[in-house]
Amino acid sequence: MIEVDGLTVRFGGVTPLDDVSLRFAEGACGLIGPNGAGKTTFLNVLSGFARPVAGSVRAFGEDLLRIGDFRRARWGLRRTFQQEQAIERLSVFDNVGLVQEHCGGLRASRRRDVERALEFTGLELLAEQPVGKLSARHRKLVEVARAVVGSPRVVLLDEPAAGLPDEETEHLGRVIRKIPDAFGALVVLVDHDMNLVSGCCRTTAVLDFGKVIASGPTEDVLRNEHVLRAYLGTETQL
Amino acid sequence: MGAAGAPGGTRSFWTRGRLSIETPTAVRAVVISALVLFVLLALPPLLSSYWIKVLTSVAIFAVVALGLNLLFGRVGLVSLGQIALLAFGAWAAARLFFLTDLPFPIVLLLSGVLTAVIGVVLGLPALRLSGLYLALITLMFAGLVAIVVPTTNFPNGGSGVLGHTESSSGGLAVRRPQFAGGDAAYFRYTVIVAAIMFLLALAHVASKPGRAWAAIRQSEPAALAAGINITFYKLYAFALASFMTGVAGGLYAGYAEKLYSYQFSGARTIDSVTLLATVLMGGIFSLWGAVIAAVLQQMLPALLQNWFGFFNTNPDFLLVIFGVGLLQVLVTAPEGLVVSVPRDLGFLFRLASRAASRAAGRGNEA
Repeated sequence: MIEVDGLTVRFGGVTPLDDVSLRFAEGACGLIGPNGAGKTTFLNVLSGFARPVAGSVRAFGEDLLRIGDFRRARWGLRRTFQQEQAIERLSVFDNVGLVQEHCGGLRASRRRDVERALEFTGLELLAEQPVGKLSARHRKLVEVARAVVGSPRVVLLDEPAAGLPDEETEHLGRVIRKIPDAFGALVVLVDHDMNLVSGCCRTTAVLDFGKVIASGPTEDVLRNEHVLRAYLGTETQL
Repeated sequence: MGAAGAPGGTRSFWTRGRLSIETPTAVRAVVISALVLFVLLALPPLLSSYWIKVLTSVAIFAVVALGLNLLFGRVGLVSLGQIALLAFGAWAAARLFFLTDLPFPIVLLLSGVLTAVIGVVLGLPALRLSGLYLALITLMFAGLVAIVVPTTNFPNGGSGVLGHTESSSGGLAVRRPQFAGGDAAYFRYTVIVAAIMFLLALAHVASKPGRAWAAIRQSEPAALAAGINITFYKLYAFALASFMTGVAGGLYAGYAEKLYSYQFSGARTIDSVTLLATVLMGGIFSLWGAVIAAVLQQMLPALLQNWFGFFNTNPDFLLVIFGVGLLQVLVTAPEGLVVSVPRDLGFLFRLASRAASRAAGRGNEA
C-alpha cells in the first residue's frame, strides 16, 4: 500500500507534479499519461532523485521521503529506468547479484536469489553474458530481474516496453503480471502501451500536466472521457 | 584474497560445462605467475645494476599507475595528484624509518595508511565534482605539494618534525630490509610488494566493491537505485588507490635511499599529467595496463636516452612523445596497448602464417 498525499514538485517555474494524491493498494498498478504529464518525476520522487516541496508518501506505513536515497533500495524499493541502465561491463549474473548484495541480501543466499530472479525473467541461459552484448529485449529483462532480486516490496517500472516490438512486449507483460504473486511486491507500472497496462494492472491512475485526472479500475479509466481527451486531444473536435 | 575466490565460486555453477570461459583465466594465471617468477629469479643476474634500478622504478610506478587505473578505469574519477601522493608516501615512510625501528613492511603499511587518509580528503571534492573539475582540484593539490616539498625537504636523519638536516655529509640513507640491502634483492622485494598490490586490486575488482564501482562508473542514479552507497564507494576507491600509492612511496624511499626535493619539485607536477597519459595509453579497462604505463613512464625514457642519447638536447621532449602516443592510442585503440598490441600481434602472426603456408603450397606444386 502506497499512500501519496498532496505531492507537489517544482523545478523553477515548472510544476511537474501539482497536489497529487494517489493510492496504490496491491498487485500491479498502472500510471499513465501523455508525455510531460509528470510520470517519471513521480517515480523520481519515490526513488529519491527529486525532492517534493510539499506532500507526503507513505509506503506500508513508513514515511518513504525520510529514507535516504540509496537506503530506499535496501528498504525494498526497486525501480527500472526508461533508458535501461544495466551495467554493460558486468555479466547478467553480476548485474543482478550486485543489487542483491547492496540491498542487504545475505551472501549465503546470493546465488539462490539471483538464480530465482534470472529464472523468473527467463535469462538463466544468459547468466554469464556481458550485458553490453545483449539485445534490447534481454536488457529490459535484466532490468526487471534487477528490480525483483532479493526481497522487493515496491517495484517501479518506468516504461519497460519502450522501443520493444509487440510480441516482445507481450512476453514482458507476462513477466510483470507475475511479480506481485511471485515476490509479494507492489508493482507500479508506467507505460504508454495501453495493452500492456490493461493486461497487467487492475487499477490505473492517469496524470495530465501534473494533476491526477482519473483513477480506479483500469477498464473504467480507459473509457473515461477526460482520459481520452488528454490522450487523443478530442477537446478541439467537440 | 578470499573475496576474489567467492564470486568465482558462485559463478562456477553457471559455467559448468562451459569450460571455455574458465580455461583462459587459468592459463592467464599460469602465464602471469611464470612471468613474475622469471622477473624475480632470472632477470636480475642478466642485467647491469643500472637496468635493475630502472626496473625497480618500473615496478614502483606500476603500483602508482595501478591506483590511477582503478580510479579512472573502474570508477571514472580523474586524479592528477597521484605523484603528489607518491611524494607524501615517500616522505611519511622516510620519516617513520628515521623515527622508529619498525620493520620495513610495517613502515610500508603505515605510509600506505597515512597516504590513504590524505587521499580520502583529496577525494572529498569527488563527491560533488567529476571530470574536468575534479582533475583541476587534484592538479592543484599536486601543485601545492610541489611547493611544500622544497621548503620542508625529505627526512634524512635530522631532528624535529621534519627530520631534515642540511649537514655537509648529506644526511643518512633510508634503510632497506635487512635481507634486501643490495639493488638486485631490493628489486625482487619491490616486485613482490607490487604483485601483492595487484592481487589486492584484483580482489577488489572481482568482488562487491568492483561491482559497485562498475555501477557508479556507468550511471550514478542507477547505482543509487541499486542500493549502492556512492559516497562510501567513491571514497573507498580514493582510499585504496592512495594506499597503494603510499606503499609505492615507501618503496620509492628505500629505492632512492636519499630523497631530494628536486625529485618532486614544481617542474615534476607534470609527472602527474604524464602518468595519466601513460595510464590511458596502457589501457584503463585492464589492470595490466598499469604495467605498460609504468614501462612507458620509467623505462622508455631510459631506453631512449641509452640508445640514442635522446634527452641530451631537451628532457621535455618526452612530453611530445607521450602526447603523440596518447593521440594515436585514443584514436586507434581506446582500450589501450594492453588490448591492441596482443590483438595486432595475433593479426600479424595470422598474416605471416597464411603467407608462409601459401608459399609452402606453391613450393609443393612446383
